Amino acid sequence: MPGAGTGRLVRRIAWQLRLVFLFAALAVLPYLLSYSQQEIAVLLVINVLLVSSYRLLTLTGEWSLGHVVIMGVGAYASALLAKRLGVPVPISLLLGGGIAAATAAVLSFPLFRMKGFYFLIGSFAAGEIIRLIWKRFTEPFGGPKGLKRIDAFPDIDIGFLSIDFYEPVNYYFLALIVVSASLFVLYRIERSRIGLTFHAIHWQDRLAESVGIDTFRYRTLAFVIASFFAGIAGGLYAHYVGAVNPTRFGVDQMVYVLVWAIVGGTATFHGPILGVVVLTVINEIVLRALGLDTARPLIYGAILILSVLYLPKGLESLVPRVRERVRRWRSGPAATGEGAG
Amino acid sequence: MNAEGERPILEARGLTRRFGGLVAVDNFSFSVREGAIHGLIGPNGAGKTTTFNVISGFYAPTAGQVFFRGLDISGRKTSTLAAMGLVRTFQGSTLFQEFSVLDNVRVGRHLGARARFLSRLLGTDRSSEREADAKALATLAFFGLEDLADEPVSNLPHGHQRMLGMAVALAAEPRVMLLDEPFTGMNPEETRRMMALVRRIRDRGVTVMLVEHDMQAVMNLCDVITVMNFGALLVEGIPEVVRNDPAVIEAYLGSAAANGVNDAA
Repeated sequence: MPGAGTGRLVRRIAWQLRLVFLFAALAVLPYLLSYSQQEIAVLLVINVLLVSSYRLLTLTGEWSLGHVVIMGVGAYASALLAKRLGVPVPISLLLGGGIAAATAAVLSFPLFRMKGFYFLIGSFAAGEIIRLIWKRFTEPFGGPKGLKRIDAFPDIDIGFLSIDFYEPVNYYFLALIVVSASLFVLYRIERSRIGLTFHAIHWQDRLAESVGIDTFRYRTLAFVIASFFAGIAGGLYAHYVGAVNPTRFGVDQMVYVLVWAIVGGTATFHGPILGVVVLTVINEIVLRALGLDTARPLIYGAILILSVLYLPKGLESLVPRVRERVRRWRSGPAATGEGAG
Repeated sequence: MNAEGERPILEARGLTRRFGGLVAVDNFSFSVREGAIHGLIGPNGAGKTTTFNVISGFYAPTAGQVFFRGLDISGRKTSTLAAMGLVRTFQGSTLFQEFSVLDNVRVGRHLGARARFLSRLLGTDRSSEREADAKALATLAFFGLEDLADEPVSNLPHGHQRMLGMAVALAAEPRVMLLDEPFTGMNPEETRRMMALVRRIRDRGVTVMLVEHDMQAVMNLCDVITVMNFGALLVEGIPEVVRNDPAVIEAYLGSAAANGVNDAA
């Protein structure tokens, strides 16, 4: 085909341009928001990483109910390392991710003896055990009250430039950088042969095993990577809010992650991100304006049911339709008549 | 001691597999010579598929051993066996239905396309991936499926899906291929083509062991045939001997598969 190479180049440049615009928009965004909305934006960025890391695990076909607890493992670990051992916060964040990943590696031995529904319940039980440990052992976990006065990110002060991370705007940019880098890694993993292997295990694990794929090892790998980034999300949360407790990482929080993932759709990389962004906007802006924000569980439940009934493939399934609309609108009425989804 | 060429590449000794009170495979022994096309037949419920599942590592044997190239492989993981060169196929169209034809075979290249985690991340696995793609395409060409490389599997007719199943297994570069009912559900023309393919796979140096109900195909294709009944060995020998063995005829006449032997005889 003539021009296939240039076509690819054009598409690549278009894609890069879109990324540039996206980051430009994300850079301007906090200045358009109120102080409390900026705080929400920080949590939203952290939740994007939480739900995107969750999706990596779902690529292998397994859905966990322990992902938020794993996020908590990262949060507690990073907080304790900074508070007790004086580890500098950026390093404690990475170590927190590492400890979350190590926890997942240990848990995978009992958990990946199970599949499907049994794995789901097993992951829930494992998560509850971890939460009970936090509650039971006041030393060092602080018991039911959790940890308070967790060290914040150290201020950056190099003469001409001083950044105070107590300011939500500044923390927003910090989180944005960490989360973007993490998403890039997650994306690369999915687009590599590792991603292909995860999908293969999802669709036909016996066939995958028969051509030499150690399905246990790859399920563990997905769980460990997902947990590492959930742990990073937890650390970002802990050092921003300054306090963590066992309730914050309870199963109700996990249900929100599931709702984001299901409403957004998990077939594409952007699906869960779409889910968390749209639902957060609905929740924090629309409902808050209407004074209904305390009804979040009710509204989320309704949205979940409606989306399962009327949009079973998630918000992500709207993207090609919207793109088609835009394309037609651009090329004018002459180009109508082509089949659209 | 036999000469090197005479040593069986795959061998079972006293293989037994119980499910609760049911003895599916009962003190069963066989040996497959390197470079042979070896058939495993028997009436329905004789334990053929269970035997395959034990050899390929899906079940551990309750008793007895399986030897592959002289090594005791009993109870090893399926993926470990694949890495050693023992790869199986599945009944029906067990494929990655959601993938393209090429991606199915790319998954089959798993063992040949090793790379470090970091080089996957950085994209420095590109050269080994390109090689894997080339080999996957060559495997598809071997089966005459190269023009369908980008098709979704679900668009393929049944016969092509069966060939693709073998292509996925062959992409793993096995030394022994276990084919589970390769001709089931095929018309005579498709069966004939598939038989030619199995011979060509053998000619590439791959030893083939197959479970099959189509007697005509088994008798024409196999160098050696093992007949099992009630989980145990009945007869093992060349097709001419097996075909006329009174015990075999009795086993089949006593079951619904009897007409298969009549056709062949």
